[in-house]
Amino acid sequence: MNKEPGMTLIVKTVTRISVWLIILYGFYIIFHGHLTPGGGFGGGVIIALALLNVLLAYGKDFTRKWLNIKLLENFESSSITLFLIVGIIGMAVGGSFLFNFIDKGTLFNMLSSGTILPLNIIIGIKVAMSLFLVVLALAAYNFDKGDEQ
Amino acid sequence: MIIPYFIIIPLLAAFLITLIAGEKDDWAIILSIIAVISLLILSLFSYITMHTETLSYYMSSWKIPVGIVLVQDALTSFMLVLVSIISLTSLIFSISYVRNLSGDWKYYSLFMLLVAGMNGVIITGDLFNLFVFVEISIFAAYALVAYGGKAEEFEASFKYAVMGSVSSTIVLLGIAVTYSAASTLTLAKIGEQLPSINSSIKLWIGGLFVAGFGLKAAAMPFHAWLPDAHSSAPAPISAMLSGILIKILGMYVLVRIFFNIFDAPQFFLNIFLIIGSISMIVGVFLAVGQWDFKRLLAYHSISQMGYIFLGFGLSTTLGILGGVFHLLNHALFKSLLFYNAGAVETVTGTRDLRKLGNLTRIIPTTSNTSMIASLAISGIPPFNGFFSKLIIIIAAIEANQPVYALIAVIGSILTLASFMKVQRYGFRSEKKADVNGKSIDWKMNFAMITLAVLCVATSLMIIPGIREIALDPVVDVLQNRTLYIQLVMGK
Amino acid sequence: MIVYLLCFILFLVGIYGILTKRDLIKIILSIGIMGYAANLMLILFAYRNNSIYPILSEGKAVSQMVDPLPQALVLTSIVIELGTTAMLVALALRLYEKYKTFDITKIRRLKG
Repeated sequence: MNKEPGMTLIVKTVTRISVWLIILYGFYIIFHGHLTPGGGFGGGVIIALALLNVLLAYGKDFTRKWLNIKLLENFESSSITLFLIVGIIGMAVGGSFLFNFIDKGTLFNMLSSGTILPLNIIIGIKVAMSLFLVVLALAAYNFDKGDEQ
Repeated sequence: MIIPYFIIIPLLAAFLITLIAGEKDDWAIILSIIAVISLLILSLFSYITMHTETLSYYMSSWKIPVGIVLVQDALTSFMLVLVSIISLTSLIFSISYVRNLSGDWKYYSLFMLLVAGMNGVIITGDLFNLFVFVEISIFAAYALVAYGGKAEEFEASFKYAVMGSVSSTIVLLGIAVTYSAASTLTLAKIGEQLPSINSSIKLWIGGLFVAGFGLKAAAMPFHAWLPDAHSSAPAPISAMLSGILIKILGMYVLVRIFFNIFDAPQFFLNIFLIIGSISMIVGVFLAVGQWDFKRLLAYHSISQMGYIFLGFGLSTTLGILGGVFHLLNHALFKSLLFYNAGAVETVTGTRDLRKLGNLTRIIPTTSNTSMIASLAISGIPPFNGFFSKLIIIIAAIEANQPVYALIAVIGSILTLASFMKVQRYGFRSEKKADVNGKSIDWKMNFAMITLAVLCVATSLMIIPGIREIALDPVVDVLQNRTLYIQLVMGK
Repeated sequence: MIVYLLCFILFLVGIYGILTKRDLIKIILSIGIMGYAANLMLILFAYRNNSIYPILSEGKAVSQMVDPLPQALVLTSIVIELGTTAMLVALALRLYEKYKTFDITKIRRLKG
């Protein structure tokens, strides 16, 4: 049994390399959400799993030192506010709530199909931050003192 | 078009509160009060000016049946006014109540999500959009029931959450069967294609929806979560849950689906009548023997929901009028009773009726308003409860169902008995209750006095002149059932 | 016809789990199984005979596709059930801290 928190050395070394690849894969799924299956939600879950990989391998104290939790919470709140603002801009430009005001472009390009791409990115960030923060709050819960970090 | 603002304003308030609230909750309070007051102004404006026409609004400018449509007619404006009145008083009451608990910005954010979810349920015209908004509001309710941090609240919230997810899964099965039969999700188009659906599939769909939404409305076989959840929640949240959540998530959705879309088949109306009468009797019998103040009020919620089921189940003009009017009245006086319970708990620290006594001298506002609310719920003449119960009883006799009228009268007598017990033991007995020095803030008094004044004022709505403007358009929407389909599809 | 019946049996397995198990975590898992059964029924209703997946990519011939709308509904439903599971697990943690047990027959302070 090792005395330091987290898992063994092999797991830590592999995690150090693979976390960045998983985050890159998650961004690929988010950005191609209007062309291939996946989209905002699936890509967001993959990015959250990458961060959770760090939590599992290294332990919660190291993760809280390595990542700036205040920044992640601000990301989460501001991204969901940005979603509503995109909807309100759609209402102001013409037509109804969430109206498609960006040009639709040519088929099969990355920058096509209107507001779907920015909304996918917003949802991806929001889902990733929410899942990671919820599991971090559940894992960092101190039992007998009863306070939540 | 002001229809989407009913969802945008509380959602924007909820998200901005998470963004800019710091350690104290001042910004949270200011933002939420601005949001709820603007909702009240908008809903009163739409109720007074546009209440005889049906307007529809297409989200993202996609036409039906491809897109999601938001519909506003007389019934929705009525419900929106009800939601905004109760949520405004609940918010004012909870400013000083929550400061005693922990005073956090998370409470206000969840509260705004609850209001946004309920507004979304009322104004939507699409079946899956309805399901999503039901889930949003009920998640906020699960979290708010467990807000105080005591052990019983977590247990009550867990029970509520398990039963709520079972009912949500049953509703999802109903949506799946509906989609396979009608191949569309817009409510009006499902109503249009109704004659071409096999009648046994219609029974399946109706049965699944009654089971799923009936559990959220605390109809009788599915009522087991309500006493725990509504008695353990903090007092303003109990008022919101028992006053508007069970009516909107259960009663409004059932009425919209069965009256406007399914054209009210007689089989389901009989089910409403049976559920209503069982709820009335069993609820009030279980309530008389309770010694816990809030648990007694929670059992009475089940019983009064039985009256509303009975009124809608009769489906004559007078019955629907009684059901709608009793919905409004019950929201007003039940919220007032829960505020009284919260005020009593703040001052004495207990909810047990045997330990209270002689509170009339200490907290006179609470005691007088609770007398008004108890008289209203028992059906004593100048208050609004008398008129709505009388209309339901007359409607039952007119429709040749005297058994249900007799059951309603028995329920009303037992309600009077249990509230006389509350008044005698809780407020006006001779023992001295031990008080712990906290006093009732002016905000709590303001909320209670507002609702008491409204209790007396809404009994004026039954005068024929005012009734033509205020309540008859609402009854017409439910009486001419399939007119809803033509108005939405024709635009 | 057989597939719909099997899906319904999965739903009944979930309800059996909620009704008879005594451990809090097993109740949460049974709610998950029930949710999967409902999602499966939605996707089964979307199948059309001799059709392919509903995605158009470059250079592919257009042919008959399965119905894509219930797939979007299932995506939303999975997100909702994820939220429910997260909230139930948080409540179970708090219950363990207050009552010191996961057994549901001992968590019974509210009566009557």
